[in-house]
Amino acid sequence: MAGDGGAVAAPASAVGREIEAGSLQRAWRRAARRPPALIGAAVVMFYLLLALGAPWIAPDDPLRTEWSQIRKAPTAAHPFGTDDLGRDILSRVMWGTRISMQAGVFSILLAMAVGVPAGLMAGYYRGVFDQLLMRLTDAWLSFPFLILAIGLVTILGPSLTNATVAIGVGATPTYIRLTRGLVLATRELEFVQGARALGANDLRVMARHILPNITSALLVQATVSVPTAIIAEAILSFLGLGVQPPQPSWGTMLNAAQQFLESAPWMAWWPGLAIFSLTLSFNLAGDGLRDWLDPKDY
Amino acid sequence: MLDYLIQRLAISAVTLVLISLIVFTGVRLIPGDPARVMAGTDADEAGLAEIRVKYGLNDPIPVQYLRWVGLALQGDLGESIRTRESVVKTVARKLPITVELACFAILIALVIAIPVGVLSAVRRNTFWDYLANSLSLCGLSVPSFWLGIMLILLLSVRLGWLPASGFVSLLQEPVANLQRMIMPAFVLGTALAAVLMRQTRNSMIEVLSADYIRTAYSKGLAGRAVVFRHAIRNGLIPVVTILGLQTGALMSGAVVTEQIFVVPGFGRLIVEAVFTRDYPLVQGVVLITASSYVLINLLVDMSYTLLDPRIRVHGAADGR
Repeated sequence: MAGDGGAVAAPASAVGREIEAGSLQRAWRRAARRPPALIGAAVVMFYLLLALGAPWIAPDDPLRTEWSQIRKAPTAAHPFGTDDLGRDILSRVMWGTRISMQAGVFSILLAMAVGVPAGLMAGYYRGVFDQLLMRLTDAWLSFPFLILAIGLVTILGPSLTNATVAIGVGATPTYIRLTRGLVLATRELEFVQGARALGANDLRVMARHILPNITSALLVQATVSVPTAIIAEAILSFLGLGVQPPQPSWGTMLNAAQQFLESAPWMAWWPGLAIFSLTLSFNLAGDGLRDWLDPKDY
Repeated sequence: MLDYLIQRLAISAVTLVLISLIVFTGVRLIPGDPARVMAGTDADEAGLAEIRVKYGLNDPIPVQYLRWVGLALQGDLGESIRTRESVVKTVARKLPITVELACFAILIALVIAIPVGVLSAVRRNTFWDYLANSLSLCGLSVPSFWLGIMLILLLSVRLGWLPASGFVSLLQEPVANLQRMIMPAFVLGTALAAVLMRQTRNSMIEVLSADYIRTAYSKGLAGRAVVFRHAIRNGLIPVVTILGLQTGALMSGAVVTEQIFVVPGFGRLIVEAVFTRDYPLVQGVVLITASSYVLINLLVDMSYTLLDPRIRVHGAADGR
């Protein structure tokens, strides 16, 4: 940043940078007032790095079995212990992060890819399409999330991809309804009316004027849905309907751990703690993000 | 009032029709011969022919759908491939177990959520409020199946206080039944308690800032009387709605909880049906679950028109 004398005569671009730096600082100060949210965000970032870097960070091959090391309690060589086939639990938890993140993020991206355009159209055009879509989402939401996912996996067959699709399909109606509601509130605002009066066509109004104004609310919803999706994937894998063994997933690991609660309880600790800490962090970060974007809410 | 009821009923009817269409289409999406899907892999030609005639699988699809709905309305959802028992009978046998579990879970959730939610609204932004909020956040984030496993580990394996799994009838051995139900009910109730606590807190905060509450205070009523006589009654209406909407989550939760604690209820039934590829049973269970969700929420909506007279007038206009 320029010195005092320089700032007076600073050219326009430097002033712009300064304002930008100022708003960044302000944003940081507002964020720093919510330490739990910051911690949550940091933990989510940590898991994200773990998911991306699992092949390089994990100390051991998550699939390599070692018969002399079956169900060993945590030691220096295996800080999280080993499982019923002598595999390193730490490495499996790290690789499991990958699967959980993948399932959580991609299923919600799928739900948004279908739900947001559909909700935009329904809220913008109203009419018969809107009515039909609303009744359809009513019916769709009547299927309990897990029951719908189980039903879909039954049709599609159990695998990580199909579990991700099933979770995404289950989360879609929420995004349709949320987007529609936000569009209904936004489309009557003056700047949208103004854009229309200036001759912008429907597509332009939706993409350039309505969508940017509802993005933050959608983002907040996403931080709530991703942890739900992560738990859903773990449940499906736990029930044997998601990731298939020997692939390391937190759900399948907990399923295996159930049989050895007496002799190897650590098999159940780590994958569960991983799910718990990740979903808790997502929720903390999400709460913070919501307050940050909308300070008038409690 | 009557208009609202009629409109609400009409919407529920449309929803039920759509649900039946989704379930019907879903089963038709399973690759392979539908008769074979309905009858199981070990059925012979005669069995397949019988199924084809019963469900009219040679007829056009719309006719098939109408016949299927007709049979379903008469309480005939086909029979299980594995046990040959009628789907409706199987469900009727399993459902009471899950209903018992769910009732205990709701009871535990209410006992925790309402006092804590009211307290944290009244003592807003104090230590107790923060503690309650942290607990509710943990309750929302903890995966129920892991909580279940950890409870088994602590209370059954380590301390030996409670049996880890199994089921005995409530009518035959009430004490043993409660011993086996308390852990699954607590696990199932945790997430619900967290949701209800947040809802109770938010709606109590809203109600406590209303004019009539200020009036109650200004005419000299004690804080306790204001909260218990005036605020709670209105503050809890949204909680009833949320409870209705949470029945879906409760059913999902029951699937997992029953799996961990080996409770032979509705949730375990669906998982078994999926693994044995018992399609008629899966189809029946999914249809019954979704329909009961619609009916429960219809009842909830109707019940709160009784609780809150304003909804009778304005509720119909909100366009849902």
